Amino acid sequence: MSGLGWQALRQQGAGGHLRKQKAQRAVFALSILVPLIASFAIFWIYPVIRGFLGSFTAWRGFEPRAEFVGLHQYARAFRDPVFTISLRNTFYYALLTVPLDIVLALSLALAVQASGAVKGYLRAAYFLPVVTSTIATALVWKWLYQPSFGLINQLLELAHLPTQRWLISTRMAMPSIAIYAIWKSLGFNMVIFAAGLTTISETYYDAAKVDGANHWQVFRRVTLPLLQPTLTFVVITAVIGSLQVFGPVYVMSGDPPGGPNNSTMVVAVLQWTTAFRDLELGYGSAMGLVLFFIILALTLVQLRVLRTRWEY
Amino acid sequence: MRSSDAVISRPYRSLTGRAGRALLQALLTLGSLAMIAPFYWMIATAFKPREEVMVFPPTWWPNAPTLRGFAEILTLRGGGFPVYFRNSLLVTLSVTFLVLLTSVMAGYLFAKYRFPGRNLLFVFVMSLLMIPFSISIIPMYALMGRLGWTNSYWPLIVPSAYSPFGIFLMNQFMHSIPNDLIDAGRIDGASEYDILFRIIVPLSMAPLGALGIFTFMWSWDDFLWPLVIIDEARLYTLPLGLGQLRGRMGSDVAAMAAGASVAVLPVIIVYLFAQRHFVEGIALTGLKG
Repeated sequence: MSGLGWQALRQQGAGGHLRKQKAQRAVFALSILVPLIASFAIFWIYPVIRGFLGSFTAWRGFEPRAEFVGLHQYARAFRDPVFTISLRNTFYYALLTVPLDIVLALSLALAVQASGAVKGYLRAAYFLPVVTSTIATALVWKWLYQPSFGLINQLLELAHLPTQRWLISTRMAMPSIAIYAIWKSLGFNMVIFAAGLTTISETYYDAAKVDGANHWQVFRRVTLPLLQPTLTFVVITAVIGSLQVFGPVYVMSGDPPGGPNNSTMVVAVLQWTTAFRDLELGYGSAMGLVLFFIILALTLVQLRVLRTRWEY
Repeated sequence: MRSSDAVISRPYRSLTGRAGRALLQALLTLGSLAMIAPFYWMIATAFKPREEVMVFPPTWWPNAPTLRGFAEILTLRGGGFPVYFRNSLLVTLSVTFLVLLTSVMAGYLFAKYRFPGRNLLFVFVMSLLMIPFSISIIPMYALMGRLGWTNSYWPLIVPSAYSPFGIFLMNQFMHSIPNDLIDAGRIDGASEYDILFRIIVPLSMAPLGALGIFTFMWSWDDFLWPLVIIDEARLYTLPLGLGQLRGRMGSDVAAMAAGASVAVLPVIIVYLFAQRHFVEGIALTGLKG
């Protein structure tokens, strides 16, 4: 009884103040929401819709009106030998980079953990390529790969080993870019794995030890299953990133990018050439959407596989 | 004995013993040399005179160090590297500031306010994380033309002001701030903005630092979008300025190496001073993802 009376009294006295506070909160919320929604609508939603619609038109250059052509641009893409090559090269790049990157990064994280206290400069060294500019480091690597005066061939020569033509050979160009890409991202994935490893409780390892498990069994039955969320994250982000590779290929493959002889032509580079050199905006949009659906499908498949495989 | 052992025990420790651990350390050190070697070679090349760049066997450090390579990049199109550097700094600092501001505001709103459609809007913003740039890049290019923003800094700053990832990260963190703190502020008569900037922001410094480093690194490195939207050399950012040097291979490698050094060294210096924050920031952003 008395509680009710107190509440009524309080509401009477503070009513105006509460109303004012409520209005103030609404103004505050709107001042955040209105620009947020406007920004996402203009710079995210509109371009996606426009790109989707544009892929069904003969959108070219700066012409304001574009003729509707249905699925023509998609049909054209799959008939275009360069686009087919770019799809194959994109998958090839992902296959060259992702598995090796993950195995090396996980091994490094485990090695750091097993070797006890690791000096700060070691961690700094592995992480250095991650924080430095892609274009700058890709340029430096392009010079390292230079056939006659690049450091790599010079070292091979000093060691009396056969030299390679690296970026100017159609066979070696893509693996050369892949080696650079692994060097660049290794430290990133290593740090993510190291963070994942610290979340695994010591008690699991102690239990495994009591059961007499050997090191491989500990890794296979304890570490790997418990690291699964981290592994899922790393694999999926690495695959998504590798399928969209642009900068390293653009810098390292020469002018026009994608060479020699289309051996490093990936979808993102071909889309850039198509849309911004040839000004075929509709065709470029179709290429972008094909890439998007591939990424989406692969991500869903990986989520399924990685989620179910080691559940226990 | 057992207890002190447990504190420092690591799962694969007995794999190794002292000798094994020394071997691992040696291997890790060797690997780290491979990670650093390209940077060393970049700096050594930057100081070499033209002739010395192309000799066999290579000189490990320039016999006759010169600043010619650096002088060369001062006078490129549009004002050269001083201008590119200033542009990069301007764009990156603006984007980072805006992302931090909008992320802390939106993250707070989504975590601590109730309003109709809140969950739906939040899920919607998160779904934007899955949109690859390959879909929106062409319409964005056309849109910038229609807005009359081509050949200005606007396309590099304004579309990047809101980050779904930043909103996600700050929203996650905001859930750990007790509501009582906010209510106490309201009872004391603080305005909503006071609460945000005097109570919430000071408590959010750790995730803001991580997000700031992450955003700075991403924006500093951004290449494809500037390449598409910036024509005039006076607006070049560092990656664009470097990109134009890719054709110089063979003609002036020292200048190319000098340009790469200028782009890389400031980040390395900041990184060496704030290494822990970089690594923790990456680990945080990775785990939350």
